[in-house]
Amino acid sequence: MDWGSILSNTLSYLLSPVTIAYALAATGLAVHFGYAGLLNFGMAGFMALGGYGYAIAILSFGIPWWLAIIVGLLASAVFALILGIPTLRLRADYLAIVTIAAAEIVRLLFTTQVFDAFTNSADGLGGYHQGFRDANPFPPGTYGWGPWTFNETGLWIRVFGLAMLALAILLVWSLMRSPWGRVLKGIREDEDAVRSLGKNVFAYKMQALVVGGAIGAMGGIVYVLPSAVVPSSYTTSLTFFLWTILLLGGAATVFGPSLGALIFWLVLAFLGNLLPELADAGILPMSAIQAGTLRYILVGVALMVLVIFMPQGILGNKKEMTFVK
Amino acid sequence: MSSTTSRVRRVQPWLIVVMGALLAAAMVFLSAPGAFASAPDTPGGDQEATDFYFGGVITFEEVGVADVTVSVSGGGFEAETITDADGRWRLYVPEKETYTLTVDESTLPDGVIVDGDSASQEIEFGLTGSKIVNLFLGEGERVTQSFADQLMVRLINGLNFGLLLALAAMGASLIYGTTGLSNFAHGEMVTWGALMALVLTSFWSVPFWLGIVIAVVMGGVLGLALDAGLWRPLRRRGLGIVQLMIVSIGLSLALRYVYQYFIGGRTYQLPGASPAPIQFGPVSLSYIDLISMGVSIVVILFVAYFLLGTRIGKATRAISDNPQLASASGINVDRVVRIVWVLAGVLAALSGILWAYFRPGVKWDMGTQMLLLIFAAITLGGLGTAFGALIGAIIVGLVVEVSTLWIPSDLKFAGALVVLILILLVRPQGLLGRKERLG
Repeated sequence: MDWGSILSNTLSYLLSPVTIAYALAATGLAVHFGYAGLLNFGMAGFMALGGYGYAIAILSFGIPWWLAIIVGLLASAVFALILGIPTLRLRADYLAIVTIAAAEIVRLLFTTQVFDAFTNSADGLGGYHQGFRDANPFPPGTYGWGPWTFNETGLWIRVFGLAMLALAILLVWSLMRSPWGRVLKGIREDEDAVRSLGKNVFAYKMQALVVGGAIGAMGGIVYVLPSAVVPSSYTTSLTFFLWTILLLGGAATVFGPSLGALIFWLVLAFLGNLLPELADAGILPMSAIQAGTLRYILVGVALMVLVIFMPQGILGNKKEMTFVK
Repeated sequence: MSSTTSRVRRVQPWLIVVMGALLAAAMVFLSAPGAFASAPDTPGGDQEATDFYFGGVITFEEVGVADVTVSVSGGGFEAETITDADGRWRLYVPEKETYTLTVDESTLPDGVIVDGDSASQEIEFGLTGSKIVNLFLGEGERVTQSFADQLMVRLINGLNFGLLLALAAMGASLIYGTTGLSNFAHGEMVTWGALMALVLTSFWSVPFWLGIVIAVVMGGVLGLALDAGLWRPLRRRGLGIVQLMIVSIGLSLALRYVYQYFIGGRTYQLPGASPAPIQFGPVSLSYIDLISMGVSIVVILFVAYFLLGTRIGKATRAISDNPQLASASGINVDRVVRIVWVLAGVLAALSGILWAYFRPGVKWDMGTQMLLLIFAAITLGGLGTAFGALIGAIIVGLVVEVSTLWIPSDLKFAGALVVLILILLVRPQGLLGRKERLG
């Protein structure tokens, strides 16, 4: 058993674009669920729109990369509006069902042969990296040490991703301590009370849906920066992993989603490296593929255990989670 | 979350108009023919190469025919290509399985068709990773199915699918009505039935009918186990419905990967999965389709009798209506909920077996594909009403199948979900739901 490589593979996830992307998406979900109390089960759709919006804008319309990012964010904002209009007035579980359905519609639209000219259907899109890489301020070379050794592109993606994450966290932090955020938390606790104060509850919820969705789409963009955008990444499982991350770190916290993403990926990568090796070494009575599947079973179990015993998450305050009922 | 007393607002009519216009625009866009295709430089050069391919030449009177569209489909995979100047074509496929090869006869010269009964044929590999299928054309006219006939076929298929969907949806709806839980693990309960049938009949060689019966019973056992082992203790703990919903998501994730752990990513077939079709006018059905519809209808009638005619059924409806009042009137809520879980488990397992024949195939994530259609059905009908779920399921089944007349089949599930969202715009309480349930 090669502990060195297991450890090094695991630790590389501490600074991986995937971790940063999940942290961003979970932060967006925190705005939806943790602060506004909206049950959004369609985060995969927001991420898909971000990623595809970015890639299609560059490949099909030749737009500069930074403008393409804005296109991706706008796409998710429009998606939030379309989702919110029919459902935000309804009970919470309707939003849950409609968002998950809408995310599947988005995935199917990106998978179908019909829009092959734009989406390349099931094979997904690649080769949209030039603009982003040309904007790289770091000269070519090797940076970092140990598990965190990157070339200039890897470093640029991580620095950019972390900057976006920091921006998102700063945005959420400042929004939630503003009067706007307090109204939002009020809506989460008691919609009617806030309505009685003359606030337009629908508008606040819609704004929260758009803001969180845009942060999620940013996660989707960072997710596709290293390699390619493939429709099969955006299944409902992705959304459920984000929920696990959110509830692990703390739904109504600013840093919880990032902490959750970090722990989630470190544990997943650790098990993903360790279990197959154990299986190969004959310690676990299963094949290496089964050992790889085992960790996803554990994710499901972890989500159940978290919700039942620790719904406030690691950083959260149990008193703030009374709205989860 | 939100309280139950706030008022329902009317949806502005302009919204419906806008959404309708968007949908219409999408339909027009979707139905535009993709006329940009041209022949690849080398046969198969327009596709991603894999280890397996079909190839061949299309000839008419011993001369190759160019620019004919040839497509292959099977196991969820689809691809198409165009013949080159010599009539040669090649199609790569991901797995060494049986595929259906179809020649698009509208791309053939006028008055020429593929020799044989049909432009489609089943093809499979021999010992090697490639298979040559040479196609010969002959003079003739293919009698294409009229629109009415096609519609008829789609309607019957849709009804079949809707009925089997209704089994699962009614169970999920009863669970929602009695416990308030939107059960995201219902798809896995559907997979469970198909999986049990597969394990019993194919792996352990239990006689077919006995295996199916045991599989359905095992569905009830799973329902009972879930209620006794998970949901009842959680209700005792006083978890809210949002928490319960997220728990069911965790359960769904865990179960689907448990299935994958045991059977891997492959698609398995139940015994007798592709029987000979019987012709009824324009509609060709297999005896499995007939049995499937018959079983669904009988079981649905049984559930209807259970809900309307028995004491337990009345108690179930009473709890759906007002749990506190039902409990105060001496109804044993826990017992009724347990029965509902067993019933839902049985219905889901049966639905899973029928779904395995309809798709066809048993796969670890097959229930997940159905879950959203189940939700669409129960939301359409009105959350928590079993008969609403029945109607909703049949509508969803019909929409899914009939919509393939206009939209490509890889978007058919999306069509049903769009209908769900549109219905929520106009009638958020569902078809049979009552207005005060919302807010």
